[in-house]
Amino acid sequence: MSVLVNKNSKVIVQGFTGSEGTFHASQMIEFGTNVVGGVTPGKGGQSHLDRPVFNSVAEAVEKTGADVSIIFVPPAFAADAIMEAANAGIKVIIAITEGIPVKDMIIAKEYISQYDTTLIGPNCPGVITADGAKVGIMPGFIFKKGKIGIVSKSGTLTYEAADQVVKAGMGITTAIGIGGDPIIGTTTKEAVQLLMADDETEGIVMIGEIGGNLEAQAAEWIKEHGTKPVVGFIAGVTAPAGRTMGHAGAIVGGEDDTAEAKKRILRACGVHVVDSPAEIGKKMAEVLGVTA
Amino acid sequence: MNLHEYQGKSILESYGVAIQRGVVVDNVEEAVAKAKELSASTGTEWFVVKAQIHAGGRGKGTVEETGSHGVVLAKGIDKVEETVKGILGGHLETAQTNGVGKKVNKVLIAEDVYYPGESEPSEFYMSVLLDRANERNAIIYSTEGGMDIEAVAENTPHLIFKEEIDPRVGLQGFQARKIAFNLGLSGQAFKEMTKFVFSLYAAYEGADSSMFEINPVLKTSDNKIIAVDAKVTLDDNALYRHKAYAAMRDKTEEDPMEVEADEAGLNYVNLDGNVGCMVNGAGLAMATMDIIKLSGGNPANFLDVGGTADAERVEKAFRLILQDKNVEAILVNIFGGIVRCDRVAQGIVDAYKNMGEIPVPIIVRLQGTNAVEAKALIDASGLNVHSAVLLQEAADLVKSVLS
Repeated sequence: MSVLVNKNSKVIVQGFTGSEGTFHASQMIEFGTNVVGGVTPGKGGQSHLDRPVFNSVAEAVEKTGADVSIIFVPPAFAADAIMEAANAGIKVIIAITEGIPVKDMIIAKEYISQYDTTLIGPNCPGVITADGAKVGIMPGFIFKKGKIGIVSKSGTLTYEAADQVVKAGMGITTAIGIGGDPIIGTTTKEAVQLLMADDETEGIVMIGEIGGNLEAQAAEWIKEHGTKPVVGFIAGVTAPAGRTMGHAGAIVGGEDDTAEAKKRILRACGVHVVDSPAEIGKKMAEVLGVTA
Repeated sequence: MNLHEYQGKSILESYGVAIQRGVVVDNVEEAVAKAKELSASTGTEWFVVKAQIHAGGRGKGTVEETGSHGVVLAKGIDKVEETVKGILGGHLETAQTNGVGKKVNKVLIAEDVYYPGESEPSEFYMSVLLDRANERNAIIYSTEGGMDIEAVAENTPHLIFKEEIDPRVGLQGFQARKIAFNLGLSGQAFKEMTKFVFSLYAAYEGADSSMFEINPVLKTSDNKIIAVDAKVTLDDNALYRHKAYAAMRDKTEEDPMEVEADEAGLNYVNLDGNVGCMVNGAGLAMATMDIIKLSGGNPANFLDVGGTADAERVEKAFRLILQDKNVEAILVNIFGGIVRCDRVAQGIVDAYKNMGEIPVPIIVRLQGTNAVEAKALIDASGLNVHSAVLLQEAADLVKSVLS
């Protein structure tokens, strides 16, 4: 098995005909993702990348049976796109868009809580299941099939971790980029829970950064319920307090959301924490007793 | 984006929040005339002159040139000119300015609101902010106003209250009443406070704020509730729908190098270390800063070049990093995904040649799509650039060039 997306997922692209949507949709199709169509209001009835374009998500779901949606809609309209997807019955919504106002996300997250749906992101690289489906913007070739799951707030740092894990001889099941915004759909803990329940996943890499308490929440859960080893890295030991470091959510507000404090909590909960981002793959191999 | 007190108060006033009234001046000549106009509408000839800088602790802070504090009471119109002269144009150092004085370009001349009357004035603390753990907005308030709220939280946490706002229905009347009761108010002051809370929350929501901190909220001797200070942060991602607020940005409050980077579309934060870095992606950029530290250096900056690391952007980034005279080495760390490493390598070579000489060693780590071709390209260029593929190799190179 794998989590969230696989080769049977029927994926639609919201913001299909825009430049981002077009580029990444074609990359996903090339990877082998089952992209069944897309949505661009006002362009329904047209064909794009040999797939049908619909005016609404509801229409796309009705005509294609889509159950996964990836969102490339510009920030001003992205929260609306998330709510539309949930309302239309999409089960996994992956929001790539960066820069959605916090006020819009508070409302969108509250609204979708009444539906049986999982939101990943926003401001994330998406989700990839090796040999299954890439629903995101990551370079697919790095994610060779294997037994390690990844949960991360960051894009390129996820690629870095995946590359190290693959080179250390283990490979990837599913990598989940949860996003770097203050309000996100799926938390670190929820993503870790998904991977703990996945038969194929034997170990989990958890990558966090300064700001908020998502990593600490996940660690507390791991301490009580964890059944597989978790290797953790927290970026931003050298980040100054009170400054936003690229991601809107990456800001040290108090004592508890510094990288050092988070690492302390993770270690106390049994997570194998590395200080150097160059040692993620090595540490996982060591914990699992794998030799490359 | 952070605002000045006077700007925050203008937003509050537009949402019907009662504020301590005042006038802003940027020169001494205007000060007395404007103060006279103010007293014509307020009826008081006592004024508080407040330095307008983006930092707290102004009242206890000191103006380097004159020794004046950053917030001073002027007991009479004849004292205004002298008081303004002591603050305006000087450099104000406070507990929050990291050891350097901030230039005071504007002062707010405000009415004195601590006048005697039927009851004692009292000060409260109130802020509205995003409670990240609960993913909703919350009003934080305390009976202990006018002092450092972190200290209150440390010493007397039972005096700090929190009211969460349900996003489905917004702030409700019972919540505003609860706040007013918990602050020990009754009669006219109680009514005024519930109104104050509603207006404050409306301003926070309406302006797409990340934080609205009012410290102190004052109950005057005649039972009015007013905002005496305002510390406001707006959500940068929402500025597109608030053009008037976006125009309030004061670039003189920001690091000039960060302003320059912002104009070039680079996400840059200036730090005080000796190793510059250029990275694609925010998480990897922070991780790169951390690995510099582990290799015996200190990061000189955070810099996310984003998805397009072409020659033009690389050159801009190099020039920015090299403006910092403390920089002894530069680490470029790019994980190529969609962006091909050989293109980035070509960009680095072109930028380097274009700039002539770069006075510090450069370590380039390119990994991902076409990483091998990229390393070959760098190695064949004949430039003073050390290339690496693995992150650990890059870390080791940083260590060796620093020693």
